[in-house]
Amino acid sequence: MKKVFSLFWIYLVLLFLYAPILILTVYSFTDATMIGQIRGFSLHNYITLFTTPELLQMIFGTCLLALVVALLSTLLGTVGAIGAFYSKKSTRSVIELANQIPVVNADVVTGFSTCILMIAFFRIRKETYFPLVIGQTALCAPFVYLSVLPRLKQMDHQLYEAALDLGCTPSQALIKVILPQIVPGILSGFMTAITLSLDDYFIATYTKPATFDTISTYVVNATRGSQTEIKTALWALSAIIFVVVTLAVVGMNYSSEKSEGKNR
Amino acid sequence: MKKNQNLIELRHIKKCYDGNTIVTEDFNLEIKKGEFVTFLGPSGCGKTTILRMIGGFELPTSGEILLNGEDISVLPPNKRPINTVFQKYALFPHLNVYDNVAFGLKLKKIPKREQDEKVRHALEIVDLEGFEKRSIQTLSGGQQQRIAIARAIVNEPELLLLDEPLSALDYKMRKEMQLELKNMHKKLGITFIFVTHDQEEALTMSDKIVVMADGEIQQVGTPEEIYNEPSNLFVADFIGESNIFKGRMMDKRKASFCGAVFDCVDDYEVGTIVDAVIRPEDIEITTSGRGQIQGKILSSDFKGTFYIVLVRSGKNEIEIHSLKNYQPDTVVELYIAPDLIHLIPYDSSINHYEGVITAYSEEKGVHVEFTDFGWDVKVEQIFPNGKLINKNGQPITIEGLKVEASFQPSIAQLSDDAQAGVVQGRIISFLYVGDHYRYTVRSKSEEDYVVDDEYLWNQEDFVSILIPKEKVTYRVWDGKNKKL
Amino acid sequence: MKKNVFSRRQLAVPYAIFLFLFVIIPLFVLIYFGFTDENGRISFANFLHFFGSGKTIGTLLYSIVIALCTTIFCLILAYPVAFFLAKGNFGRKQVWIMLFVLPMWINFTLRITALKEILTVLEGNLAYHPFFNTVLCMVYDFLPFMILPLYQALCKLDNSLIEAALDLGASEFQVFYKVVFPLSIPGIISGVTMVFLPSMTNYVVLDMVYNSTYIMGSLIGSYFSSYDWNNGSVISVILLLMICAVTLLSERFTKQEQIEKKSVLK
Repeated sequence: MKKVFSLFWIYLVLLFLYAPILILTVYSFTDATMIGQIRGFSLHNYITLFTTPELLQMIFGTCLLALVVALLSTLLGTVGAIGAFYSKKSTRSVIELANQIPVVNADVVTGFSTCILMIAFFRIRKETYFPLVIGQTALCAPFVYLSVLPRLKQMDHQLYEAALDLGCTPSQALIKVILPQIVPGILSGFMTAITLSLDDYFIATYTKPATFDTISTYVVNATRGSQTEIKTALWALSAIIFVVVTLAVVGMNYSSEKSEGKNR
Repeated sequence: MKKNQNLIELRHIKKCYDGNTIVTEDFNLEIKKGEFVTFLGPSGCGKTTILRMIGGFELPTSGEILLNGEDISVLPPNKRPINTVFQKYALFPHLNVYDNVAFGLKLKKIPKREQDEKVRHALEIVDLEGFEKRSIQTLSGGQQQRIAIARAIVNEPELLLLDEPLSALDYKMRKEMQLELKNMHKKLGITFIFVTHDQEEALTMSDKIVVMADGEIQQVGTPEEIYNEPSNLFVADFIGESNIFKGRMMDKRKASFCGAVFDCVDDYEVGTIVDAVIRPEDIEITTSGRGQIQGKILSSDFKGTFYIVLVRSGKNEIEIHSLKNYQPDTVVELYIAPDLIHLIPYDSSINHYEGVITAYSEEKGVHVEFTDFGWDVKVEQIFPNGKLINKNGQPITIEGLKVEASFQPSIAQLSDDAQAGVVQGRIISFLYVGDHYRYTVRSKSEEDYVVDDEYLWNQEDFVSILIPKEKVTYRVWDGKNKKL
Repeated sequence: MKKNVFSRRQLAVPYAIFLFLFVIIPLFVLIYFGFTDENGRISFANFLHFFGSGKTIGTLLYSIVIALCTTIFCLILAYPVAFFLAKGNFGRKQVWIMLFVLPMWINFTLRITALKEILTVLEGNLAYHPFFNTVLCMVYDFLPFMILPLYQALCKLDNSLIEAALDLGASEFQVFYKVVFPLSIPGIISGVTMVFLPSMTNYVVLDMVYNSTYIMGSLIGSYFSSYDWNNGSVISVILLLMICAVTLLSERFTKQEQIEKKSVLK
């Protein structure tokens, strides 16, 4: 009885979470303009998605931005985490506090404050992309920091000393011994940064150049407009992202399970 | 180079953390080439810190560390010809056995052929031939231990430091590794410094044991010396089991304790207060009439190769390791041979405290302020003639005068009511002395108080100490006798 | 001597500078703009304007109501899921929890579009139920953020505590409200903070379901589009203060838990 109820509840919530995306995915393969219409199979949404220059530019731009931001954040966050981990407690807690600000802050506020600093105060032009990249990096780097730090804490702290003992200079010890131990943390930090940048709407709207659109800002603008052609092409985009994310998650899970199995 | 030269010398090493936590104040030690030296002491006694300073992982606050006569105190670890076997092995999990062992060789850019040869040889020494390709995670604790040793010795260090390397192994494995380490030491001929808190381990393995407590060396000696001639009560209690009795020298080579006078070999001035240390296996239970004291059997418990027999004689409880079993309530005699009684003179330096006179009034007397507390004392206690005038008949100002107070451990008492005593602290150690326990209590300001109490308290207990004011003796401090 | 402690600490420097420049300084700029008028003179007018106007106070209240409803519904949906996954005997828990977290990785505007399309079919015109639609979309958006911390907190809860409670005679229900629930409070708090604050500010959700009522975030958005930095900063500062308060509160809560745990261990 209990098991039945718990399964019922779990499936109910799963249904709530997945039904919209799945229905949309199915409809993306038809030429229906609304959910509920019964039409035949068609790839026309996918063709529109991959042939409209505006859409392609937007997708490509979003991905490139995410990549740049993620690389930058990973570099900053990782190096920062290593530095902070070995710093004095007081220094570390100051960094930790500052690091926590973008994590708990509302994205609207982060976006607006970045915009106000860069555009209203320093009068940097949005067209340089500088405010956008820096704004998203300021959001993402703290998450990289947070995913690297536990790895450092878990690591046997004597490894570094052992490396010195065997003749490494401090920088050799860092590269040859410490870095390999925290790779999983760096990777998951990088992935988090990618998804945060892809998901971001607020920092982008407040700091992006007027001619540039990310998926989020584009979708929000599209809902205001009434171009059904674009609307249904975005269904195709949703379907693709859904499949890509699912594959990525399954793949990551599989590989981590495999490596864990190996460790045991 | 002479054969008996000192490999390592530690001179006046002082180490504090954050400027105030003092680990060790004036640490001096010499270690000869080829010795197997063990640092033995309870956890937190500073043994690992000393080892880490030799390894270069921590720098002494002051003092010097000499290696072959050269000062290496501030040399980073990678520049020292010293290698370490870490407590939890610290093997690099991302490298396989070969790459772990060859790690140091690769850094020295030793040719690949030679590397292979050295790694193979090192693995042979630790009995793990053919393990080169294995990953660290697939190794058992004992195997990881051996790889850690191989990784250290492959660099041919002059000195190998071992930081409690066996503590993570189970009992049987530990016994085995103890023997193997000793054999390895013989084979390699290099100097080993081994840190442990396990006295049995220290006694089995070492050429020389350095017993430490509280950042200070308590005794340095061969295992036999440490066991048979402990230089103070801490060593006597920490190494092996001991019966400790409070006593006094009665005559030449005669000491009284446990309600009888014993012939002994150690000799001190008549009247000296001494502690008599007798190992439980050195007491003979007889009924023949030649015993020095009488007692009644309290209990007898089988321990495999012997029985632990508890005997009550007067107020004292005596532990004896006997091959025979005894029925409780049997009346027996106990005999202790003179050469098995080890006497340690009472340490008169304990319970001395420096204070300052801060006020004086007719009604209240003299107010003395110590580090932990202050109280009013009758004038006569400090100034025996009761007069506050100097030789010339001039009144003297006593405010600001330094005094030294001291008391016997037996006059004080412990209480768990924080308000009851004058000073509070945590029990940092205790020993059983015949008919009572002797506790060392450390106050917040790091002063130690030694108190005898007949009730059993536990280490770490928070207690307050009752010191009867009138039984404390005072001395105006003349600036001599810096030992406070 | 200094060489020995080289590099590792110095690595913190670039990140510290980055945080200072792009995280700390913006906050000060916000405060500066919040307390000045458009000519750069110090002024409290912006604050008085916010607290003096019924409209803005109404916006604040409306955002709180939206956020409260969202949080409560998320909690109601998420707690049983987290509990069943953490403590029920489902094989391969990792996979199950992944299923619930996976939507987090999909762009939220696309997910809301999907839900919106369904709602349009069901309701005809979305504008008929603006409040309901807003809360529904928010719950849909933030539910994974509630499930994950709850699940983690419940996983950490030692099964032997439950067994001990059963052993001491508690019924299953008593076990839940005397042991499981109190010990999962840190998880609830971290879930609530992850849902409550964003749902006060995420005005895109309202935009997308054609809810024209303002929440706090929408105010910033509208001041942004009219280049009114000063009033925008005021709203940001007020939001910042609320975030600070909530974070400090939750931190105190979890710290206390930790202290209690430590004292139990001793």
